[in-house]
Amino acid sequence: MNSFKKIAGVAGLLLFTLILAATLSDSFLSSFNIENLIRRSSLIGILSIGVAFVIITGGIDLSIGSVVCLVGCLTPFLITKWEWHPALALAAMALLSLTIGLTHGLLITKLRLQPFIVTLCGLLIYRGITRGLVADQTQGFAGGFKGLRWVAKGQIDLPGLDFGLPVPAIVLVVLAAAAIYLLNYTVWGRYMMAIGQNEKAALYSGISTDRVTILAYVICSLIAGVGGVLYVFDFGSAQPVDFGNFFELYAIAGAVLGGCSLRGGEGTIIGVIIGAAVMQVLKNMITLVDFFSSSIEYAVIGVVILMGVMADEAIRRFASRK
Amino acid sequence: MRKRRNALFLWQGRQEEPPPNDHLMSEAKPCRLSVHGISKRFAGVTALDDVSLEFAAGEVHAVIGENGAGKSTLMKILAGVQPPSEGEVHLEGKRVSLDSVQVALHNGIALIHQELNLADNLPVGANIFLGREPTRFGKIDFKAIREQSKPFLKMVGLELDPDQPLGELAIGVKQLVEIAKALSTNASVIIMDEPTSSLSAREADRLMKVVEELRGRGVMVIYISHRLGEVQRLADRVSVLRDGKYVTTMNRESVNRDAMVRAMVGRDIETPPPRKRDASPVCFRVSEVVTPHPIHQREPISLNVAEGEIVAIAGLVGAGRSELLQTIFGITPKISGEIEIEGQKIAIETVRDAIEHRLALVPEDRKESGLVLAWGTKPNASLAALHQSQRRFGLLNFAVESKQSDEAITRMRIKTSSSTQPVETLSGGNQQKVVIGKWMATKPKVLMLDEPTRGVDVGAKQEIYDLIRELAESGAAILVVSSELEEVMLLGDRVIVMHEGKITGTLDRDEATEESIMHLATNSVGHASHDT
Repeated sequence: MNSFKKIAGVAGLLLFTLILAATLSDSFLSSFNIENLIRRSSLIGILSIGVAFVIITGGIDLSIGSVVCLVGCLTPFLITKWEWHPALALAAMALLSLTIGLTHGLLITKLRLQPFIVTLCGLLIYRGITRGLVADQTQGFAGGFKGLRWVAKGQIDLPGLDFGLPVPAIVLVVLAAAAIYLLNYTVWGRYMMAIGQNEKAALYSGISTDRVTILAYVICSLIAGVGGVLYVFDFGSAQPVDFGNFFELYAIAGAVLGGCSLRGGEGTIIGVIIGAAVMQVLKNMITLVDFFSSSIEYAVIGVVILMGVMADEAIRRFASRK
Repeated sequence: MRKRRNALFLWQGRQEEPPPNDHLMSEAKPCRLSVHGISKRFAGVTALDDVSLEFAAGEVHAVIGENGAGKSTLMKILAGVQPPSEGEVHLEGKRVSLDSVQVALHNGIALIHQELNLADNLPVGANIFLGREPTRFGKIDFKAIREQSKPFLKMVGLELDPDQPLGELAIGVKQLVEIAKALSTNASVIIMDEPTSSLSAREADRLMKVVEELRGRGVMVIYISHRLGEVQRLADRVSVLRDGKYVTTMNRESVNRDAMVRAMVGRDIETPPPRKRDASPVCFRVSEVVTPHPIHQREPISLNVAEGEIVAIAGLVGAGRSELLQTIFGITPKISGEIEIEGQKIAIETVRDAIEHRLALVPEDRKESGLVLAWGTKPNASLAALHQSQRRFGLLNFAVESKQSDEAITRMRIKTSSSTQPVETLSGGNQQKVVIGKWMATKPKVLMLDEPTRGVDVGAKQEIYDLIRELAESGAAILVVSSELEEVMLLGDRVIVMHEGKITGTLDRDEATEESIMHLATNSVGHASHDT
């Protein structure tokens, strides 16, 4: 019931930003832009699903952008420079991001380090490693590997419409279905919610809190890795200095707008995806509308998130006063 | 904002800065407090309904009632924590509006919370003057804090070094420090909300002596407690609330246990006769167990519980009883020793192991370690049994979950509007029933309960006792830790007494008296006892 209200709230916010963008810009509703918007929203939505798991257990992951950078640069590097078979390269990237998540999880549970610190260090380390490995050189596919890049760049023609459905949207739907299943229909999801709400009660109920927490970080990093691959396939190349910069913050903001509480134990996958879409619509609107100089992009996004969170709090207070 | 508030405090501190020793000698200014037609509503629920009540100067006035009767709400209104929806508070016959805790303090009303509001990391003295630190040239005057806190500590019978970190003190002593803090604000009305609920009998006794001294000094004490023995000992007058309404006020002469219970629950409650029990085989055995807790390092612990037997573990707070249960349950794995169920040695490294061997623990603090407060009864009641009821691939079994929750609600008679109503909105008694229900879902052979009725009202208490007996009848071995002697004697077929991490004696039902238990709990010599 409560989560339904939250989804309705963020959906309202999405509708509002969509209408606003459509009113302010003529090109917003062009098929090219809509297609692009769906593609980008899907990508940021994928990252948000990952971080939602961590936030639900009461943690945080600041390293997502750097994992995107690491995977996004290494994938073309391995395929073009070292001439690895793409399947091998992708398997290696999956293993790499899984190891990153496992390391975060182990440091946080076994050494009792704070998630903020562990993943902040991750943010610095992975970007540093990437820049060192490729010596700050842009990594790309040089126009090749069209078939491979179809998962990010491709679209499926929709009969009767003049634009196609971008393939990342399908990836998003598949991942979201898996995430909803895990979170709402398995004991693991229930355990994550319990840990986020009251870790001690979870422990006293026989839940292996460490294992469940580690799982959340592994999922998050793995999905960040998937995001890294999709982003570089979409862009065609990655510059290690700024590739994936701030992506973790967009993902976290999307999750929070979508109803995740940073205190843990709250959140829905649907809400999180809509929240991420709001972020992308805002970015898109600022680019399209001349009225906003694109230099103030961050300020506009910040203000909108703040207003969203304030409105949520105001509604909550109003409801509890009644 | 914060800065400004501090500045206000400093200013107040200077205004009322009598030489501390003079102040110690002076008597508090007696004052009269009354409430008229107070109502308080939260989100459609009426917590207080047109309550009028008068507190006389310098008396100890107990306010009793079941959980949810509105005692704490009334006290929060008096202390300025929350405003009433309707009604007036009068001080010395004049209307006052207590808009904030600061205003209430300024009017001489101090509330000592159920959960202590002290900072463990600060020294005792700094805690007493927290937010009202005396300063010299803008710098906190540590010397003044040290000097000025001593007399207040003395007033509550403490000879403490004000520089000692508060965290090092026992909870009973912290409670006294909190009273000293209230006195240091020049309070003429001190409200104590369940001050003894986490204290041992001896600490509680000390606290009550302090309350008696406060009365002698002219301070009005409003005393909230579930422990009717304390109320009988201390109160000049007793007021009873039921379901948010004022019921009656009794004078000292007419106060007795039955009358109080009758007024609180609105009916008579009978104490059932002691249970008859035939000898049965040992079901649960703990041999030579050493826990990682420092208090248990010296001597390993051995005990056993028969099928269908209720064994109560008595002792003072800090005797190491909860730590023992936590070790048995795999929360803090044991260092050495053995645990057996029905003759089978079992290895418990984690809580999951314990649950798989059909052990259950209803923990001491239900809010902290028993419940997910924001969840309803259903997910709470099924949480410990999810592992057993899950289907393939970790899929939740919603049907079993609903069944477990329905069973808990009917069997425990949990009063909740639905299985999804957040348990944080339930009364303490109902919350405790949810915790017990959660463990019933795992079908335990050995049920351990740590302070099962703490903060639970009289009616629910009785229901929990009945339930524990019922479980024993059905063959479970039951181990109850309790600091309430009455409860220990009422429940225990056998009573094990612990003192500083050691078992000092075991008493059969007919040997267990308040005296014999206290002797063993304080380990005073010269009392007959047989060892386990």
